[in-house]
Amino acid sequence: MAEEKKNTLNEASVAGAAPSEPQRRGKPRMDFKVLGRVFKMLVGFYPKLVPITAFCIIFSSVCAVMPAVFQQKTIAKISDVLKEEVAASVGLEPDAEAEAQAKGEEFISQKLDLENYWEEEKHDIINLVAVLIAFYVLSILSSTLYRLLIAEITQGFLCKTRQHMFDKMQNLPVKFFDTKKHGDIMSVYTNDIDTLRELVSQAFPQMLTSGIIVIGVFAVMLWYSVWLALVVILGVMAMMLVSKKLGGGSAKYFTRQQKAVGKTEGFIQEMMNGQRVIKVFTHEKKCIDDFNEINNALFEDSYKAHAYANTLGPVIMNIGNLLYVIIATVGGALLLAKVPNPSVQNLVNGLGLGVLTIDIVVPFLNMTKQFTGNVNQLAQQVNIIAMASAGAKRVFELMDAEPEVDDGYVTLVNAEIDGNGNITESEKRTGRWAWKHPHKEDGTVTYTELRGDVRMTNVDFSYVEDKPVLHDISVYAEPGQKVAFVGATGAGKTTITNLINRYYDIADGKIRYDGINVNKIKKSDLRRSLGIVLQDTNLFTGTVMENIRYGRLDATDEDCMQAAELAGAADFISRLPDGYNTELSNNGANLSQGQRQLIAIARCAVADPPVMILDEATSSIDTRTEAIVQRGMDKLMEGRTTFVIAHRLSTVRNSDVIMVLDHRHIIERGSHEKLIAERGTYYRLYTGAFELE
Amino acid sequence: MFRRILKSVREFKLPTYLTFICMVFEAGIECVIPFITAELINKIRSGAVLGDVIVTGLILAGMAMVSLLCGWLGGICCAKASSGFSRNLRSDLFSKIQNFSFESVDKFSSASLVTRLTTDIQNVGMAYMMVIRTAIRSPLMFVFAIIMAYTMGGALSMTFVVVIPVLIFGLLIIARFAMPAFHRVFRKYDKLNESIEENVRGMRVVKGFSREEYEKRKFEKASEDIRKDFVKAEKIVAMNNPLMQICMNFNMVFVLLVGSKMIIGSGAADLDVGHMSSMLTYGVQILMSLIMLSMIYVMLTISMESFRRIDEVLREEPILVNPENPVFEVADGSVDFDGVSFKYFSEAKKAALDGIDIHIPSGATVGILGGTGSSKSTLVQLIPRLYDVTEGSVRVGGRDVREYDLDTLRSSVSMVLQKNMLFSGTIAENLRWGNPDATDEEIEQACELAQASEFVHSFPQGYDTYIEQGGTNVSGGQKQRLCIARALLKRPKVLILDDSTSAVDTRTDALIREGFKKFIPETTKIIIAQRVASVQDADIIIVMDGGRIAAVGTHEELLEKSDIYREVFEQQVSGKEDR
Repeated sequence: MAEEKKNTLNEASVAGAAPSEPQRRGKPRMDFKVLGRVFKMLVGFYPKLVPITAFCIIFSSVCAVMPAVFQQKTIAKISDVLKEEVAASVGLEPDAEAEAQAKGEEFISQKLDLENYWEEEKHDIINLVAVLIAFYVLSILSSTLYRLLIAEITQGFLCKTRQHMFDKMQNLPVKFFDTKKHGDIMSVYTNDIDTLRELVSQAFPQMLTSGIIVIGVFAVMLWYSVWLALVVILGVMAMMLVSKKLGGGSAKYFTRQQKAVGKTEGFIQEMMNGQRVIKVFTHEKKCIDDFNEINNALFEDSYKAHAYANTLGPVIMNIGNLLYVIIATVGGALLLAKVPNPSVQNLVNGLGLGVLTIDIVVPFLNMTKQFTGNVNQLAQQVNIIAMASAGAKRVFELMDAEPEVDDGYVTLVNAEIDGNGNITESEKRTGRWAWKHPHKEDGTVTYTELRGDVRMTNVDFSYVEDKPVLHDISVYAEPGQKVAFVGATGAGKTTITNLINRYYDIADGKIRYDGINVNKIKKSDLRRSLGIVLQDTNLFTGTVMENIRYGRLDATDEDCMQAAELAGAADFISRLPDGYNTELSNNGANLSQGQRQLIAIARCAVADPPVMILDEATSSIDTRTEAIVQRGMDKLMEGRTTFVIAHRLSTVRNSDVIMVLDHRHIIERGSHEKLIAERGTYYRLYTGAFELE
Repeated sequence: MFRRILKSVREFKLPTYLTFICMVFEAGIECVIPFITAELINKIRSGAVLGDVIVTGLILAGMAMVSLLCGWLGGICCAKASSGFSRNLRSDLFSKIQNFSFESVDKFSSASLVTRLTTDIQNVGMAYMMVIRTAIRSPLMFVFAIIMAYTMGGALSMTFVVVIPVLIFGLLIIARFAMPAFHRVFRKYDKLNESIEENVRGMRVVKGFSREEYEKRKFEKASEDIRKDFVKAEKIVAMNNPLMQICMNFNMVFVLLVGSKMIIGSGAADLDVGHMSSMLTYGVQILMSLIMLSMIYVMLTISMESFRRIDEVLREEPILVNPENPVFEVADGSVDFDGVSFKYFSEAKKAALDGIDIHIPSGATVGILGGTGSSKSTLVQLIPRLYDVTEGSVRVGGRDVREYDLDTLRSSVSMVLQKNMLFSGTIAENLRWGNPDATDEEIEQACELAQASEFVHSFPQGYDTYIEQGGTNVSGGQKQRLCIARALLKRPKVLILDDSTSAVDTRTDALIREGFKKFIPETTKIIIAQRVASVQDADIIIVMDGGRIAAVGTHEELLEKSDIYREVFEQQVSGKEDR
């Protein structure tokens, strides 16, 4: 049942990421190139442990087969002794067993010295059993060892793969995250990694074990009897046929079920979020009716998917039973009819064809069980491997995604600047920065003081080709100036800030930072020099203090508290249950949006960056609180170049320059007073005759 | 708990019982097959006639077919039963939530309700399927196999007296150690995934602060930590294997040794070879069914958490219930608060509302102003009885809201919530939430009044424009106006706007208020706003502060007597002196 649950999960990930291909096929296909890479990675991580484990697996599967042989030998021995007994007691030829068996009653009455036989044969039997025990011990030891090793290897492999993926992911450009659904990325870390776990911990060892057993047992079967081996092969083929048929059906309906699940979850999500509206409008009844409809559709698909999946097991198992019976019957019939029995054994020993004997039929029955069982195991692994190869493909896709290119060589350093304007690099934090600009041609290094002069000239940009978002934008921000962007949603305000810190690269034009082309500045240093507060506040799991410290990792508690004070966040933080040590989780779900923004502002304040970008940083703070925050913000912005995007025009009023963006262009620019005097779009916006957003 | 959840099985009792029956047959036959096979082997061994062998073979084949049929039927019935049970449970839970009060919704949070309706139900459905299939089958197999082993093996079956307790004891010990280990791992694993999600979502922040390396180190540590725990947990589980092998092998050795002594020592009278082989088969069956049972035990404990979480929802008592003889008629739109105080949780130290006395005549326009956390929204939510007062009473149309039929009350009191939303569907469909029978003219009228008609007509498909989930394809201001139109379609006696025009520009905002005055003069209008402009021409303005009424009066009166009001007014107006 656990298998089935996993199946649905896997199907989900298969269906989710690449909907067209697997749905038509019903089942994901194996991709040996991808599997090869997985294997190579595995061996790469554990060059010694993998072969050792493989050896243990092989050894233990051989050990697992051997006991059956000795068990059979013991039983054969007992039969032999029995025959002797019978022969001795009645004085008949040993092979006329039937009659002897019929007279079984008699030899007890005759009270032959049966105990003697036991005493005589005890030795042989105990010897056989001792060998058996030895194999058992070996088998237990080796299989336990390999299981422990597999646990080690699997988790180590997953851990390293996960780390590898995460490392690569950190270096991906923002564009990747903007264009991919977050759920899809997450699914790689959860569902797809899970398929790899099954591959390494289950499919690989099982394939090895079952493969060896299948080959071994089949060889032994041919050794004994070709005819019976053929019957077994036919049976196995029937099994494969059925499992393909039923498995295909179940895969088909599982994909459909997954779709229905998606639909139901979407509906549930919407309705749970809108629960209050539903109640206010007394819409409960209608809502339940709608839900039942979707729920019924889900039931139909899930029922069919499980019906197929549930029947597969018993059907396969009973075909196995049938095969067992058929072998017994056919074997018995061949035996009694004394049909010639071609076998490898006879061929090797040059005995001609020979006939089937009971000593062949009985072990053959057990071998049949073992054979079908392991073929079945192999078939199941095929499914897992197919799933895993689809999962691994997505894992590799994430790993192979084009990382952010960074050709920048200009770095940001702490600087000491003397009276003459000479700049020297400093180890300590001096509160002043400089751009360190190495010149390749002559090997010299020049330092430029960071002043916060940002100029964009004739910038063009588009997220998708042929759909320009910005056209011919020129913005000059002199050191310490406050530049505001105003415009409707989609006018491209946020895009401009995306370009300054190079989340995206411009298509045409130039952006210069203190006279240096931003493309030459190392991205991490460029971004370090720019503080950013975004509209959608993202906080991390951890305490309030840790979240503020995110801005500057070496900040002391006092620094953080000061920053919070500056941002106007100190007041509410002190009222939290544990103050600065309050644990935040789930993006600060226990805080209001306004409070989250205050923390984000504090986080930016502690970083103390020379240039700041505030993208709707105070949109969710009520006007009274904003007045308080504003004071802090004003202090924060003092002497820094600041780019502000705000919905509330009261926030942008005191900017040095206000840019009004409309349809990719800057349509108005100037100070508040100038724009009001012009009576243009800004004027209309400001007087409320125009709607923002 | 189980009984309450299992109530949802309902019409799927029959397939459930059928599954039981099929499983009984399947298990029974599966146990008889080795017995008959032993007979067959003995027959072949003793050189019976061909016909005899074939007859026994046919019987066996027939049994395998019956067993196949039972397994097949059982699989289908079981799929039906568990899928049906999940469906019913999901439906029951959903209906239950629909009858929740706001208080209960707050208590559970919508995200957790979603998990309960999806993942948890899936887990419970799976557990149900497993239990009806295996939990009957395995013990049955166990009992059948023991009986068969005893009848065939006699004294030989004594081996099970040793093996079974050892196995059970061992499995229990392993489960006992493994379960907490896995719980710990899964909790950590969830946390790890959460942190990945945070990174995916907050990549701009990570990159903005150049924290890539920091995040990598953090993740590496967390990932390594999980690896260690995972390995530990899996190693505990890996011990199942030697335990199982030891038990099986012991069984094998015992049967072979003692069995051979019995056979040879009695001349095959006490035991014959065929029976001894069957004993080995039964031994495997018995031990396998025990292992299956232990797996069920583990699975059940894992899904226990889901059971508990679903039960929590089912158990939740409806807090707001209709009175015995409800009033179905709301006389007019007058609203009175008499000495009202309110706490969200009875154990809360501070009351959200305290000592509220307000009397609003029918048809009046009331403005409510106050900072974040001043309980403005809480105040108005008491009017449509979204919550019940802790003390005092709220009256609408002269009667306590607790005397009304809930639907009647809420149909007469229309509220536009602060956190509003539209649902996926066309604009017209969304608007008809207000009144399912509204004609196109009525919809047009309502939109006219809410100043929405103009932009709706600007859409190519007008009222048939499809609203995406979450209303992402209309702007905030448009969404708010559509929500107002939806509320107007109810033709309410009391209309409450909870900060519902914040994204609407001031001119449109004024137009909406003018329209209210002109076209729905008899409706009581209660408007919560951040902008003074939105409330300044109201008949009564209420200034809230910290859950109390700070001041009540008209714009002019408040400018004189309320410091808070004056402060807010000056701050907002001074910002626009150029106007």
